[in-house]
Amino acid sequence: MNDIKITIIDREGKSHTVNAPTDMNMNVMELIRSYELAPEGSIGICGGMAMCASCQCYVISDHELPEMDQDEDLMLSEAFFVKDNSRLSCQLFITDAMDGLEVELAPEA
Amino acid sequence: MIQTDILIIGAGPTGLFAVFEAGLLKLKCHLIDALPQPGGQLAELYPKKPIYDIPGFPEILAGDLVDNLMKQIEPFQPGFTLGERAETIDKLEDGTFIVTTDKGTKHHAKVIAIAGGLGSFEPRKPPISNLAYYEDKGVVYMVKDPEIYRDKKVVISGGGDSALDWTIYLADIAKSVTLVHRRNEFRGALDSVDKVQELKNAGKVELITPAEVVALAGDEKLEAVTIQRGSEIIERHCDYFIPLFGLAPKLGPIADWGLEIEKNAIKVDNTLDYQTNIPGIYAIGDINTYPGKLKLILCGFHEATLMCQSAYQRIFPNKRYVLKYTTVGGVQGFDGSKKEAPKAVVKMIE
Repeated sequence: MNDIKITIIDREGKSHTVNAPTDMNMNVMELIRSYELAPEGSIGICGGMAMCASCQCYVISDHELPEMDQDEDLMLSEAFFVKDNSRLSCQLFITDAMDGLEVELAPEA
Repeated sequence: MIQTDILIIGAGPTGLFAVFEAGLLKLKCHLIDALPQPGGQLAELYPKKPIYDIPGFPEILAGDLVDNLMKQIEPFQPGFTLGERAETIDKLEDGTFIVTTDKGTKHHAKVIAIAGGLGSFEPRKPPISNLAYYEDKGVVYMVKDPEIYRDKKVVISGGGDSALDWTIYLADIAKSVTLVHRRNEFRGALDSVDKVQELKNAGKVELITPAEVVALAGDEKLEAVTIQRGSEIIERHCDYFIPLFGLAPKLGPIADWGLEIEKNAIKVDNTLDYQTNIPGIYAIGDINTYPGKLKLILCGFHEATLMCQSAYQRIFPNKRYVLKYTTVGGVQGFDGSKKEAPKAVVKMIE
């Protein structure tokens, strides 16, 4: 088994706990799209290059996540509705260490 | 009025390649794009990023792919209306179309191919409650004519190249320039960052960081902005507020053209020719959706090719045509140029 559980709170406030594969080089933005938890065209617009912030999420659980690289950090410096726990979900690649992760999608900007 | 056979809305890779396939069928194309340069996302968002899934190219930079496509379609002399957004579409009685841009440029075409990707690139607007009210009353998202800022008080926000570049440019023109950014760091080119630092040191530019513009005020027009830095509230009188947070694609006016929209994309009736619910209007590339759709450049190329065959049938319903290979038929440009495979050399052995 290469699946872990990740909980996503969608933009309507509804919580979804879904199976997330760790062996497909997938990130959380792609996970959200694969379960259609945000309308197409409203998330992952740049395709996952940390260039649009349409996949911004707030990390609610206290998981230790990989540090932001410069691209993500700089994109967030120009994004809207940014909080201290903001991350770009396209930069969060799913690993075993993320089992139980809970994130909430930021409002559409 | 601009006349063409196929009017392509969107000059990204799919739209550009459609010119080539149309050209082989001797159909003339014209492209409209809201961006000032062809290439769509590839040119605007990630020109320096490599793409690995273009057949025959183990690796190619997005910008180079655009350059190659432009070179490939050159013999077919496409027309371009750049920096204008396709705004309205009218179907005439004879089944042809007139598309008008936001600047009023009119295009008359026999067939429309919408290759609009994710939509037209529009400025990203910060979530300030009364921002829309002050649009054209002091809030501008793009600097077009710098002279209107002469001797005016200007507040710019953003941390990228355009925020830095316009801060530098307007420092000499405006009465005052205040640059507001949420961080102390800027992500623009190093030269620009250094230049803004110099202007700040010389007292020519006011830098307020880490801070955000949170409110706008003024009766008839913008008169002041409220800036928040931590718990500190700063007021600045100004004539103009220019938020520069880059561009994001929006479906835009296309959504009001009577086309069937699903998942923020144009639904096409079938995958035989990617025609929409309005006969004569096709949707190709990332802008369309159908069962099994994949948003890939290579799929866009395929869709463009099938669309052109169908467009040809629509324009010439009584003309027979059979697909010809470029290796056999060569490429005959509208400019009189001709490319073809060299003929085999026959030499007798005596």
